[in-house]
Amino acid sequence: MNIVVVFKMVPDLVEELSIDKGGKNLDRSWLRLIINEFDDHAIEQAILLKEQIGAHVTVVSYDIDGVDDVLFTAAAKEADRLIKLPGDFKGGVNNHTLARCIKKTIKELQPDLILTGVQGNDDLDGSLGPLLAENLGLPYVGYVSGVQFSENNAIVKKEFPGGLIANMSVNLPAVLGIQASESPPRYVAVSKVRQAMKTASIEEGEPVELEPSSGPNIVRMYQPEVAQRATMIEGDEEEIAIKLIEIFQELGVL
Amino acid sequence: MTNDIFVVIEHLRGSVSDITYIMLAAAHDLVKETGGRVIGILLGNDAQGLISNLAADEVIYVDHPALSDFSSDGYQRTLSNLISEHQPRVAFFGNTTIGADIASVISARLGLQLINSCQKITSINGRVISVCQICGGKIMVEVELPDENTLITMIPGGYKSEEGQSDSPPKINTVSPPELDDLRTSLIQYIEPEEEDIDIANEPILISVGRGIQTEDNIELAEELAELMDGVLCASRPIVDQGWLPTSRMVGKSGKRVKAKLYLALGISGAPEHVEGITDCETIIAINTDPSAPIFDIAKYGAEVDLLDLVEELIDLVEEAKG
Repeated sequence: MNIVVVFKMVPDLVEELSIDKGGKNLDRSWLRLIINEFDDHAIEQAILLKEQIGAHVTVVSYDIDGVDDVLFTAAAKEADRLIKLPGDFKGGVNNHTLARCIKKTIKELQPDLILTGVQGNDDLDGSLGPLLAENLGLPYVGYVSGVQFSENNAIVKKEFPGGLIANMSVNLPAVLGIQASESPPRYVAVSKVRQAMKTASIEEGEPVELEPSSGPNIVRMYQPEVAQRATMIEGDEEEIAIKLIEIFQELGVL
Repeated sequence: MTNDIFVVIEHLRGSVSDITYIMLAAAHDLVKETGGRVIGILLGNDAQGLISNLAADEVIYVDHPALSDFSSDGYQRTLSNLISEHQPRVAFFGNTTIGADIASVISARLGLQLINSCQKITSINGRVISVCQICGGKIMVEVELPDENTLITMIPGGYKSEEGQSDSPPKINTVSPPELDDLRTSLIQYIEPEEEDIDIANEPILISVGRGIQTEDNIELAEELAELMDGVLCASRPIVDQGWLPTSRMVGKSGKRVKAKLYLALGISGAPEHVEGITDCETIIAINTDPSAPIFDIAKYGAEVDLLDLVEELIDLVEEAKG
């Protein structure tokens, strides 16, 4: 079983975000990027499958700040191969373009299964998984939280609202959009990542030229101004707790 | 290209999903700008009964046993054919476990633009704009609709579902399906959610924990508060993914929609997927150390404080208040 995981680096939402002078893009000069959290689950799912059935795992991304650390972290989790697409991705890349760019590199790896996160927090033109699937001519199932195999098919758990799960059969090779790995992404010690930096190597994928300004025509990007924000309760935890008790009593829940 | 607007009707096990009505409401907003008709697209098997309250001018219905349950392959194939044949100005999909599996594929297959996570359709100086939400609700983006066949995925928040309902049923136009015998994805079976004695959808007092709770041990503290207040503990997605609470306690897009009298959100940032599940709550109180957390935009009361310190204080005070 040959598994390829594709991941994206996305804005860290814990940090404050700001808009650049042009008003149509995030200000990327101070933007901290982290692995898209669903992609982290996709890596974990691939590693779980490696442990269960001996799959070979290749992790693929593109050249952008912070990506080497994530790739070496994947190696520390026992991913077998690391690939980074060279190119000028600094200004960000939309999913349609990324799917087209990354297609050739993935095809050459001849995967049985391609995993990626079901969505990214900066998706403005659809999600990467289904775009990759269509570019590769493969079937796609998203919102997946469990993967097994039966002959030439993957049997996947697809989530629907209300806690309902559907067991779906998907012909292999296939692309899956991972919502959650079967167990949470594992923690790896920094020392292990450092060791991976010495022993593992990052290969370069096919160089790519990004097409300029394809994708949605952004007129304006802004931080939402909220009409009615929460009434903030000030004070230390004790004062806040006292006020909350009053509110609970007013609501009749205490 | 025609000026008609397609809305892909989402339904699951015999009921129409809320997002369908929201999309219909958006489509009616859009035809005010562009003209044209609102056309619902229903794929199913023996599913005509689902259309009675849809606010659409017409429903195109494709009936086939392979479409009785959602199959991404079956939907993609059927919808790609319909869209390339009819060339609607816009086709709406839910940004949901159904729509998000198919919209991007159709966009790549037919070479059409896709605008993701649209919350509202509006018009600014004669330009038709889709107002989209990214970065967990922290950033809004206005995207101009191109003057060509475009796909849009829709999220809740901009329209009420009643706006997409009507008393007069639309006329139905049954069309024949494409070849659907060799689908690459198919349903084997549904696995019912674990039945619990507690259904959080019906609980009046919910204490809800998110990533800010930090460790599994801290869950106990929140549980203690919930018990003291005769409430029930529930959570946002990351907590359930960690295995700290069962799926039956998950609130949001792939969990339950709740309508509590009091929803106390502890360390929940308020990502759109979570907010979707709590908009019907009467009073939301949010505790978070991040002042820019979007949860404060929908909460009635908020406090920027360490939640563990606060919960300990609350436990003491609730005990006192109850004597």
